This record gives sequence, C-alpha cells and structure tokens, in this order.
Amino acid sequence: MKHFRTPKLSLYALAFYALIMALSLTGLINGYIQHIINQSLIYVILAVSLNLINGITGQFSLGHMGFAAVGAYVSGAITTLVFKVSPEAGFAGYAVFVGGIVAGGLAAALVGVLIGFPSLRLKGDYLAIVTLGFGEIIKTVLNNIPAVGGPRGLLGIPKFSNFSFIFAAAFLTLVVIRNLVESSHGRALVSIRENELAAELAGVDTTRYKVLAFAVGAFFAGIAGGLFGHLLQIAHPTQYGFMGSVLVLIMVYTGGVGSLTGSVIAAFALTFMSEGLRIVIDSLAEATSLPIGGEWRMVIYALLLVFIMLFRTEGLMGTKEARFLVIGDPAKEGTR
Amino acid sequence: MGSIVNTQQIINGLQVGSIYALIALGYTMVYGIVRLINFAHGDFFMLGAYAAYAAFYLFNTWFAKGSGILAFIVLLASMAAGGGVALLSNRFAYKPLRYKPKLSSLITAIGVSMFLEYFFSALPAIGPSFRAFPTVLPKRQIPIGQATISNYVVIDLAVAAILMIGLTLLVKKSSLGKAMRAVSQDKDAARLMGIDVEKVIGWTFLIGGAFAGAAGLLSGMTYPRIFPYMGIQPGLKAFIAAVLGGIGNIPGAVLGAYIMGLAETFASAYNSLLGEGIAFAILIVVLLVRPRGILGEKIADKI
Repeated sequence: MKHFRTPKLSLYALAFYALIMALSLTGLINGYIQHIINQSLIYVILAVSLNLINGITGQFSLGHMGFAAVGAYVSGAITTLVFKVSPEAGFAGYAVFVGGIVAGGLAAALVGVLIGFPSLRLKGDYLAIVTLGFGEIIKTVLNNIPAVGGPRGLLGIPKFSNFSFIFAAAFLTLVVIRNLVESSHGRALVSIRENELAAELAGVDTTRYKVLAFAVGAFFAGIAGGLFGHLLQIAHPTQYGFMGSVLVLIMVYTGGVGSLTGSVIAAFALTFMSEGLRIVIDSLAEATSLPIGGEWRMVIYALLLVFIMLFRTEGLMGTKEARFLVIGDPAKEGTR
Repeated sequence: MGSIVNTQQIINGLQVGSIYALIALGYTMVYGIVRLINFAHGDFFMLGAYAAYAAFYLFNTWFAKGSGILAFIVLLASMAAGGGVALLSNRFAYKPLRYKPKLSSLITAIGVSMFLEYFFSALPAIGPSFRAFPTVLPKRQIPIGQATISNYVVIDLAVAAILMIGLTLLVKKSSLGKAMRAVSQDKDAARLMGIDVEKVIGWTFLIGGAFAGAAGLLSGMTYPRIFPYMGIQPGLKAFIAAVLGGIGNIPGAVLGAYIMGLAETFASAYNSLLGEGIAFAILIVVLLVRPRGILGEKIADKI
C-alpha cells in the first residue's frame, strides 16, 4: 500500500485548504483573490500534467491546451447542452457536473492516446510541431462546430467550479501523478527521458509508457479544462490555442522540468504575477496617461522564458522535489 | 472539379506558394545548419512587412509614388529589417545555447517569437490593430489569352524567383555557400578545416531573415493588411512546407511551398474548414509516412 502513503502531502494540503477557507469565510480574502487562487489551482493541474509528459517522460508536447479544450467542451456540452443543469439543482446538478468533468477528462485522454501514437515515431522538435499541429486542428474543428457555438464559443456554462472542487481536483492530480512518478512505472518514464535506447534495451516497453504518459497527462488537462469552463462560464476556441499551451509550458520550465514541486510553485507564482502585472500596467497607464497596453504583460512573459533558458535552463527547482512530495524519507531509504 | 481546379486557383496557389517559399527557405537553411526550428522566423516576415510600411511613408515624399525606385527601396528595407533582427536574435538568444540540449534553443525560439509579436503590438507607435498596407506599385490587370492576371502575381513570382536563383548561385558557387554546405554536413569537421562556423551561421540567419522580410513585403502588397501577429500562420505553414519538401533541403523547401500553396488554395475553394486544417493534415501525414520529406535524405538516427 506504499502508493497511498501520503501523510505529509495530505496534511499540508488540508492545512492549505483550511487556511484559504478560513480567510475566505472571515472576509480576509475577497472574491477577486479567491478567483486568482482558483485559477492558480487549475494551472497547477495543467502544469503538473504537462510536466508528466514534457519533464518526466521527456516528450516535448506543445499542444497541452488542446486537451484542455476537449475537456472544457465535452464537460460544458454535458452540463449546458445535454442535461441543462445549474448549481440550484442541488446534488443532482453537482453529480452531473462531476460526471461531466470526468467524461471530459476521459475524452481528452482518448485524444491523448491518439497523439501519443505519432510520438512513438517522432522525437524532439518534430514531436513539438506535431503536437502543435494537433492543438491547432482541435481549435479549427471547434471553430467549425455550430452546436458548441463555433467561433463564438460555448456560452452560458453554469458556474459549478468553486474552490473546494478545484482544490480537490488539484490535490488528486498531484497525488496521482506523484504516485505514478514514484512507482516503477515512473522510473520507466524517467528512463525514456534519460536515454530511450538504453531504456528499450533494459526491457522497458517504451511505446506503452509514452502512450501512458500522454493519456494520463491529457486526462488531467481535460479535467482542468472542464473546471476552467465551469469557472469562467465560457469555453472559447482562442482560450485553448498555442499561446495558452505556451503559458503552461513557461510554468513547467520556470518551475523546473521534472519537478512537480516546481510546477506547483510556478503555477501559483506566475498566475499571481500575471494579475499583479495587470494591476501595475493599468495603474501606470492611468498615472502617466500613456498608452501602455496589456501586451507588456506578455512581453515580460516572453523575456522570462528566454532568460530562464539562457541563464537557468533547469528552472527554479531543477529536478528537486519538496520533501512532502516524496514518498517515504529519501534520507532513510538511501539510494532508490 | 472544374470549379475547384481552374486557372485562377492555380495562379492564386502559385502566388501564395511564392510567399511560403521565401519563408520556407529561411527555415530550411537555418535548420540545415544549426538543427533549430526557428519559431521566430514567421515574425521576421512580420517585421519585413512593417519595415516596408515605414520605409514607404518615410520616402514617398522624395520619390514618386508608384515608381520602381521607391519599390526597390521598400524591398531593401523589408529585407534589412528581417535579416537584421534574425542576426540579432541569433547573436543574443540562440548562440549562447548552441551547445546546450536542442530543446533549450527551441523553447528560446518560442520566447523570441512571443517577444517580437507582443513587443511590437505593445509599442504605441505600432499597436496590436490592423493597418492598411499602402499601394507600393499601381495595380494593373494584364490580359493573357482569355484570362487576366494581376501584375502583383507577376511581381510576387518574379521577386521570389530572382531571390531563389540568387540563393542557388550563392550556395552552389560562392565560397560562403561552400562553407554553408560544409557546416550543414558536419560542424566540427568544418571547424577543423578552418571555417568560421559562427560566421557562416550568422550569414545563414541574415539571408534567411532577409528572405522572410521580402516575403513580408510581398504579402503586404498582395493582401494589404498588416498586424503584429501576421507571421504566425504563414510561418507555421512555411515550416510545414519545408518539412514536406525535406527540411534542410533548399529545392525541397521551394517544392514543398508550392505544393502547400496549391493544396491550400484548392482545399479552401472546396471547404473553408478543410482550407484551415489542410496544412496540419499534410504535416501529420508526412511525418507519419515519410518523415524525411519528399526530397530529404535518409538520415539514420544517431545513437
């Protein structure tokens, strides 16, 4: 039962949840901050799941938001178009919502398997281009399905996502992916990243593991997409384009490729930084009455990405993990 | 089929293909020499269009509007902007990562591309919105047999052809071209033979960027609307064209670009969804069926 030994992580997560809930109930955190925290947690899911594909398995994917789009549209279609439920429907409504989110995740996983297959033949930059192409194809297809709004997007999604749901999803993502990475399957994934040929010679079924990484990563991205749709109450094709995928990629590389801890920290830091920059830019524009636009935010993101690559390629955390994310005590276990 | 494949569509396809070809050449040259997919290449195309725009309004008081000399100055400006920024991005972003893992350069290229797009749309003087591109040369219809074609078609095809012939001569005949071929075959051996590898790489970026800049001018003239994100789609499509022809292979890039231009024009005439998606469909089919492209050489994976 080693895989379920997660006392420290659960403890910290519970403490975090209680803290935010307490602050929110006492009014110390207003709705705006709460919204940013919710978004950060969704980005945690996206960054951790992309890290599984890019960082842990070493398969460079540029279409992560395509999976999220599948999740957002499938779950949004289930709650908005098929069952037409709203949070007022009580338990039944929430049951449909959870079912829809899971269905969205499964649909995304299916697409992930489809994309995993080309990855068997392609490496590095070619895989990057193919995943980018898949992301664009998903966007094009969504743009052309009138039933889900076409280029207008899927509107009027009920607001089911709240802090508790998003937190639970982020926690589960972290636990599942952490457990996967720490298991013998995880070592197989890392071996593919380190040296695919050697992994194959050592008996690792590289094909199976690469598809597994894509499927699991895509599943959680689909969950994140569904939560996003039910948080923002809209699913729009442009939300899930190339730039969206690049933002998640920046989080993974800022935090450190292969470090789940890094992805969590970077998801929070960058989402808050993004909002902070929005405020700074707006107040600068107001104070100086100069035309300073929101594009500067993206300029800073771009420079961040370039500078991290130039001066700290391994990201903030490298491949290090925080203690509470490691199963057992590495100091006691010695070499693992 | 008659309504989809007709003379007009073929002409349109060749025109788009010429623009793709000029961009694809830069992709393929840079890839051939440093094995980098330069994501920012499409943005050199955008910069070329903006430089042409600026040059036109800067010089149109000195030279007669619609004169050949003004058009030539505008072309030079677009090529200088594309080439210059390509050179700078190589010097500051790609050169320091030359001997790091390949993916670092690829991610940096995404960063450079993002930077160029958002920086130029953040600059108040340029801004994120569309701009109407001036009529650099007067537009005329030339009757050919029963059909008529625009002189812009002739200009696009001619400029592309002249630049491509120039490039072929450069690569085949000059000592720089010889050095380029040597570096693309084996960087280390080339260095041992006394070739200044960094200088050759710099020239490659300069020429590739200049071609993309020229394509920006042609695109601006043909589809008179420019904006800071205009390079993304043509950049991707030109890259796919380069892969289709066999990345690293110069005639392959041109062939791939014209196939791409024609396929896209026909597909759009048939169905707009197909037109949007055909490029990526081609890419996926090529990579699954013949990853080295039409003219690419078979390279064994290095172990």
